[in-house]
Amino acid sequence: MKLTDISGDINEWFSGSGPLADVVISSRIRLARNLAGHKFLSRCSASERSAILKELRDVLMPLELGDKIFYISVDKAPVLDRSFLVERYLISRHHAEGRGPRGVVIAQREFFTAMINEEDHLRIQVLKAGLQLSQCAEQMNHIDDAIEQKVDYAFSPRYGYLTACPTNLGTGIRVSVMLHLPALKMTDQIEKFFNAARDMNLAVRGLFGEGTEAAGDFYQISNQATLGVSEADIISQFENAIIPDIAEYEKAARTLLLSKQLDVLDDKISRAMALLGNAHLISSQEALFLLSHLRMGINMHEYMGASTPAIKRLCTQSQQDDDTDKTGGVSIATINRLFMLTLPAHLQLNYGKPLDPTHRDILRAKIIRSELASG
Amino acid sequence: MRCQICKENEATIHLTEITDGLRNEMHLCELCAEEEGITIKSQVSINELLSSLLAAKPTDEELLGDSERKLSCPRCGFTLEQFHKKGLLGCPYDYEVFDKILSVLIEKAHDGQTVHRGKVPSKTPTQMKSQIELLDLRRQLDAAVKSEDYEKAAKLRDKINQIEN
Repeated sequence: MKLTDISGDINEWFSGSGPLADVVISSRIRLARNLAGHKFLSRCSASERSAILKELRDVLMPLELGDKIFYISVDKAPVLDRSFLVERYLISRHHAEGRGPRGVVIAQREFFTAMINEEDHLRIQVLKAGLQLSQCAEQMNHIDDAIEQKVDYAFSPRYGYLTACPTNLGTGIRVSVMLHLPALKMTDQIEKFFNAARDMNLAVRGLFGEGTEAAGDFYQISNQATLGVSEADIISQFENAIIPDIAEYEKAARTLLLSKQLDVLDDKISRAMALLGNAHLISSQEALFLLSHLRMGINMHEYMGASTPAIKRLCTQSQQDDDTDKTGGVSIATINRLFMLTLPAHLQLNYGKPLDPTHRDILRAKIIRSELASG
Repeated sequence: MRCQICKENEATIHLTEITDGLRNEMHLCELCAEEEGITIKSQVSINELLSSLLAAKPTDEELLGDSERKLSCPRCGFTLEQFHKKGLLGCPYDYEVFDKILSVLIEKAHDGQTVHRGKVPSKTPTQMKSQIELLDLRRQLDAAVKSEDYEKAAKLRDKINQIEN
């Protein structure tokens, strides 16, 4: 399989479906595992890394996942391919920029990936759209069991699964939920969310943006403690308390915008429509920032029945005045596509060759104008 | 307390020697201790030193004195200095070698938790499985005692005894 087979469309977990989809983009569970009888990677020679890579690859490739599986040799992949894999959340930035023999095993529908020789020998993850942590956990557990039949994991009775960094020790689980929180940002309440997360020892970081910057109001919230608390307890806490609470706060902020700050809301949506519909040069950051407002508008229409003048224009009328046949407006599917397909590596991979930033900005603006015009 | 030898300076070194079951205590100042050929380093184990330094929130330099650098893993050759640079360990056995210092870090990183709860590989030998169960029961017993739930504590204690016997 080639990366261009998947780069032309969004993946399943970014489809905007699943429980609480107006706020929750996706759920992800990641496990860190290491092979018994081997050193951790920082002490491994290139040949030891190659041996680990081969052993794990041979175990992972025949896994029955109900989907085609393919392997990418990350150390040999071109820079653009690596950037694409990072944008797609198929590998971490750390894995893209790492050194030595390393790779990734990917299910074609992208619900499963396994990084080999990242920080630990093995990092497996399962992703699903919306709030579906229990479903992720169930699938993850089956896959982990299947792998464990073939290899011996480094495990201690006291510390559980042993990891290269003591902060991942124990269950080795990282539960992450991607959230879209534009109304909390717009109503200046996002700090409250950060503070509450910090008090609960949860990590929050931005998505798609550079570093910790949250471009497009996307945030990822994850557990930090992995020792002394079971997988089931962490997942239950996220699924039954933390995430529903945050979703309620975001919805309350959206209601507040509708009831008390209608002009602010309509101004943001109308400006976003005008800029995205007319720009001839647009950076990735600006596109994410503006698309976020459209995404919120459409979701407020679909989930809350909101129908302000701007939302009405966005959701029910064509962006092209001369196209009288089109009455559907912009769909959430279009916005989701634009979020992902206009990221720098996606643009270039789909274009067929590397582009300098200015040409990327031209191409991005062109794609956005054309997609918004056709709904 | 004054030094037993010079009877002038404050005694800062306290030694307890037990020879043939007889306990002998000495309280000396640093100068007299040096004259007696007693050095501080030889009396304190490296691990104790590390953990006491760690408890006092040391800076990077304080944590990595000469003696700490000497401790290395017999399997992978890893040292604490390397851990301090990268934050990553060299091999699973390091968790045993550097247990004293790591256990403090681990407790801090995991909200005060020190024992695994959750999934256990299905291939784990039965003996190890009961060891894991015991660790978990003891953790629950501690929690029950702390929250003064003595009824639960008694049940847990009985269960622990049952497994141990």
